[in-house]
Amino acid sequence: MIFGALWMIASFLSLGFGAFFIIEEFDLGDPFRVVNKYMIYYLVMDLVLRYMLQKMPITNIKPLLYLPFKKSQVVNYSLGKTIVSFFNWAHAFFFIPFSIVLLIKGYDPVSVIGWHLGMIALFYCNNFINILVNNKDVVFYGIASILAILGICQYYEFFDITLYTAPFFDGLYDLPWIALLPWLVLLGLYFFSFSYFKKNMYLDGGLALKHTEATSEDLTWLDKYGKLGTFLKNDIKLIKRNKRSKTTVIMSFMFLFYGLLFFTGAVEAYDGPVWKIFAGIFVSGGFLFTFGQYVPSWDSSYYPLMMSQNISSEEYLNSKWYLIVIATIASTILSSFYLYFGWDAYLAILVGAIYNIGVNSYLVLWGGAYIKTPIDLTSNKKAFGDKQAFNAKTLLLTIPKLLLPMAVYAIGHFTINPTAGYIFVALAGVIGFVFKNKVFKIIEKVYKKEKYKTLLAYKEKA
Amino acid sequence: MIITTNLSKTYGTQTVLKIDNLEIPKGQSFGLVGNNGAGKTTFFSLLLDLVQPSTGHILNNDVQVDISEAWKPFTSAFIDESFLIGYLTPEEYFYFIGELRGQNKADVDALISGFKDFFHGEILNQKKYLRDLSKGNQKKVGIVASFIGNPEVIILDEPFANLDPTTQIRLKGIIKDLAANKKVTVLVSSHDLIHVTEVCERIVVLNKGEIVKDIQTSRETLEELESFFAG
Repeated sequence: MIFGALWMIASFLSLGFGAFFIIEEFDLGDPFRVVNKYMIYYLVMDLVLRYMLQKMPITNIKPLLYLPFKKSQVVNYSLGKTIVSFFNWAHAFFFIPFSIVLLIKGYDPVSVIGWHLGMIALFYCNNFINILVNNKDVVFYGIASILAILGICQYYEFFDITLYTAPFFDGLYDLPWIALLPWLVLLGLYFFSFSYFKKNMYLDGGLALKHTEATSEDLTWLDKYGKLGTFLKNDIKLIKRNKRSKTTVIMSFMFLFYGLLFFTGAVEAYDGPVWKIFAGIFVSGGFLFTFGQYVPSWDSSYYPLMMSQNISSEEYLNSKWYLIVIATIASTILSSFYLYFGWDAYLAILVGAIYNIGVNSYLVLWGGAYIKTPIDLTSNKKAFGDKQAFNAKTLLLTIPKLLLPMAVYAIGHFTINPTAGYIFVALAGVIGFVFKNKVFKIIEKVYKKEKYKTLLAYKEKA
Repeated sequence: MIITTNLSKTYGTQTVLKIDNLEIPKGQSFGLVGNNGAGKTTFFSLLLDLVQPSTGHILNNDVQVDISEAWKPFTSAFIDESFLIGYLTPEEYFYFIGELRGQNKADVDALISGFKDFFHGEILNQKKYLRDLSKGNQKKVGIVASFIGNPEVIILDEPFANLDPTTQIRLKGIIKDLAANKKVTVLVSSHDLIHVTEVCERIVVLNKGEIVKDIQTSRETLEELESFFAG
């Protein structure tokens, strides 16, 4: 999380200082108006991010109920705490430098202040909207899909929402007193949340943990694969029924489109021939990198069961390996749309997939033995990076995952021809695949050696 | 069945368990009592190879547990909620354990149908995931799951805690039945001296990691234990 936060602050800061000049450079019009034009997307994205990541204040109310506080104090305290949340002040890293640049550039100070204050209120409105819609997935997916549709419509010039929203943001500047409006809305939202929470502050009311009704799916078709099927069934349920794993798999889906940066030539730095392999590894290995690297942490909450039940470490690892392989094959099939960019692009992905299956699948399982970070399946809090997951050993293991195949390709490409490069990388994958049993023996040993430490680490909850 | 030799577990300078010699014959119902920190859970964790012994070893049916995994097919346990898979329904969890232990769906159904009373209508067909069940109901699921697949050794850590009175009485009946079947070795730990004297043939008292009493249960046992712990 710390990494994520620092990254956000850094990018906000650079945007805050740079946005004005970048827009000026590209000659897109008055930079300030351009920012206002796209402000609606910024606001909605903020809401989506908050929904996924911001912690709800109610989680810590229970212990306060029994203590001698007035209910209104407790509610004010809980709501007040959200005001100092990172998700609110992080935006200051964009808005403060941006406003300063505006002032330097000679925009009217009173108007800039009006605009700035208005924006503060709008982001705080998001804060309270997020609290009110907490855990209502329908609302979340609704907002997210409207955002996506509007974005697409705008891109293809069917309909431009910003024509209707930009005047409002411009208005904050042109007529600074309009900034009062968002503040009034904010006050309204605050009082509404206040009364809503106060009314519902009972253990069986608003504080009750939400129970989702259990759904069961028919996975009996997996039964014919014996124990492997048993584990796969369980892993499918793991992914479908837990917030954290769902987010991870959705993220891995995004990797499919990563190759677009390379094959469309969008990023110049990626034009070198070796980068194609890099893209191929990532496109086919999204699941491998996002889900695979946290094996066995996904099972951390019941690791003692897995370690004492009638499961041999070999079966356990094998089932995870198959899951990764199946997902890699699925990604490779899904990414067949890269054929649009020619055979060469898809060949890079195919070769990447072979290397992922033959080499990287072992490496993530191996690295997983050293990542002793328990995962809280029900929370998304650490879905975007966990500092403990970056230790020296796992970092070392990324070298063969990414750099080695690039090097192998380079040898073939520059000494013989591009085809030889592909063949070399694919061959490395095939060799890895052939030695599966040998490699598994080694990984098993590592898992056994690390078992006690892992169990201890999982016990000390994150 | 279970032979413990020179077993000890040390964290830093603190020795939390030190059992020179303990033999539990096949079919015995074995009770472990002791105050918090006496080493009961540590002993069970060592038995399940979840903790590495500092010295010594445990043989479970001639299998040294920290070297071979061959004890797993005939040993089952419920220690705490880390033995449950929160995102499964009780039924799915039973079938999962059943599949791991070579039981088909019908076998598992037959077994759990025998625990209808024990479940008291709160476990099956509730459309709830295990993580959403109350502590007591989670415990019921974990205990019954440990009976799946005809294990020869069953280890239950504090099975009576968190259960309502009716369920406690039913559980006593279940453990007594298991003990009567001389093929199954049952290891139970408890803070409740009455329960444990009722269901166990033999009671071992741990204190600060060491065995201080090893009693064949008789009429006087409860009194003996009470006076020890009152001490």
